[in-house]
Amino acid sequence: MPEVLSAPLVVEFPFTRSLGPVQSAFLTGLRERTVLGVKTSRGQVLVPPVEYDPATAEEIRDLVEVAPTGTVTTWAWNPAPRRDQPLRTPFAWVLVRLDGADTALLHVLDAPGPDAVRTGMRVRVRWAAERAGAITDIACFEPYEGEPGAPAAPHDGRFADPVTGIVAPARLDYTYSPGRAPTDYLNALAERRTVGERCPSCRKVYVPPRGACPTCGIATAERVEVGPRGTVTTFCIVNIKARNLDIEVPYVYGHIALDGADLALHGRIGGIPYDQVRMGLRVEPVWTEGGRYPDHYRPTGEPDADYDAYKELI
Amino acid sequence: MPGLPGRRDVAVVAFAQTDHRRRSDELSEVEMLMPVLHEVLAGTGLRTGDIGFTCSGSSDYLAGRAFSFTMALDGVGAWPPISESHVEMDGAWALYEAWVKLLTGEVDTALVYAYGKTSPGEIRDVTTRQLDPYCVAPLWPDSVSLAALQARALIDAGDTDEPALAAVAARSRTAARANPHAQLSGPVPAGDYLVRPLRTGDCPPIGDGAAAVILAAGDTARRLCARPAWIRGMDHRIEAHSLGVRDLTDSPSARLAAERAGAFQQPVDTAELHAPFTSQEVVLRKALRLGDDVDVNPSGGALAANPVMAAGLIRIGEAAARIHRGASDRALAHATSGPCLQQNLVAVLEGES
Repeated sequence: MPEVLSAPLVVEFPFTRSLGPVQSAFLTGLRERTVLGVKTSRGQVLVPPVEYDPATAEEIRDLVEVAPTGTVTTWAWNPAPRRDQPLRTPFAWVLVRLDGADTALLHVLDAPGPDAVRTGMRVRVRWAAERAGAITDIACFEPYEGEPGAPAAPHDGRFADPVTGIVAPARLDYTYSPGRAPTDYLNALAERRTVGERCPSCRKVYVPPRGACPTCGIATAERVEVGPRGTVTTFCIVNIKARNLDIEVPYVYGHIALDGADLALHGRIGGIPYDQVRMGLRVEPVWTEGGRYPDHYRPTGEPDADYDAYKELI
Repeated sequence: MPGLPGRRDVAVVAFAQTDHRRRSDELSEVEMLMPVLHEVLAGTGLRTGDIGFTCSGSSDYLAGRAFSFTMALDGVGAWPPISESHVEMDGAWALYEAWVKLLTGEVDTALVYAYGKTSPGEIRDVTTRQLDPYCVAPLWPDSVSLAALQARALIDAGDTDEPALAAVAARSRTAARANPHAQLSGPVPAGDYLVRPLRTGDCPPIGDGAAAVILAAGDTARRLCARPAWIRGMDHRIEAHSLGVRDLTDSPSARLAAERAGAFQQPVDTAELHAPFTSQEVVLRKALRLGDDVDVNPSGGALAANPVMAAGLIRIGEAAARIHRGASDRALAHATSGPCLQQNLVAVLEGES
């Protein structure tokens, strides 16, 4: 069996999230070095604040200011910080009950080592130098020996230029392997051959093969070389340029049923003005030097295929 | 849960799982899954076309592959179109959906499956993306770190200590020696602290795997299985969203789910708990009132194999398989989701003598 293919895959989204009145006040408050909580009708102060009482589902809006000092309620020592975690050096994860609050906030504690951390220890907020209205405006917590903070005090939650939304970047890194059937397909493609797989039950040839026949639910294994020529079964004209794609618009993207395949694959159709592409057009792959897959498909010059020859593949 | 109109008896009649492995680069998700689908179908003599409802659980975030569940359906044989559903959750919740569908009387059989291919990504980072996006996810607290906060809370409360946690790990992996599918079994060193107080030995193996179950109602179940594992009750409940609001040493949601599933009406002889971290077994034993006379995780549990999104379904499957082979008469199966046992599902299974 040839070596399994793998490639780096990065999934990255900048999620744009709007804030309700409570989250907006909380995150704007952090920007202004003010920690806000919310008071339930039972008098409990929740920090971080939420819009609805987790016990009663009652809508809660009574904001209060709590102290930037508090007590560690539990902790865990992280000897090897991961890429996006708040500190670069080993630190403790902590739940901190701020003075004036009845619930605890998750954050990190900058401490020299696990022996310097204990449940019940006193800590205070270390503010980030640059603050934008985010939980990371608290750079971390640090040990604190001073007086406890004042009790919670009412706060109207109003600040100049309130933060109304956050952009939360999320990046995950993968090393992707496509599995056996797609690996065989991609390896053959690199040798300029298109190889599908035939279902042992219904005899259909799938290109590209994914390892299973979706009709019969069984493994495909018999390799079948198809093409290289094929028929355009349907197509569309792309008028909007995709980011990171170096192709002039308009261009044509089509479904192409390679000769011998029972499933049409996708490909760009070139070598012909975009407004002359048609269903039934006969095409062949165009390979570029060193390319592992066809760059596009171009007309072969053959007469168009009869509709009846490809109608089951549309 | 008495008094439901049209209440039917529903049972797990077949269960299969892959061998769980650290990596499975040579297999796509459907290639990994298909053998277990075939195994449960063969075990009952059913064909895809005989199945009334199909429901799956998985997460695209694990392998970073969008809509991977639609490709997994290739392994079912979903054409002509079948009645099908998917949850972006552990397969135990897919089983719950299928159970409800069977209770309605619309169908007599259901295929439930789940798979998780964690090897392409960094599961500790991936799981941070399920957290509160405003106050928690931006800190990227990984699954081990959050479990360690819970473990510390338990130690501080006097509910456990590090040797007791190590004993949970050792007992689980000793039991797993009898489980041919386990990824980690036999003597496993306690190891260094991964996130203190949790050591590598307190944490589940990271790996890839899949599982499948067939459910059937009434006489169909009796026809398909010599000793069906009847689902006497099932319920799932969730904790408050914020970790700092919760008492991390307890699991009121697991207790309530167990109560609603009827777990406390009679003693169980077996419990399959979905506790990926040793400390979570401590919480669950307390919440579910499991005494020393209950055989907890005879399969080795998630400490022996933890294919994410399938490990909860496997707990139900393992408990059912034990009933199928006459090793249990009444078993509790538990599945969890989210950080620090955020959400909990409890099923009670019984065999008839």
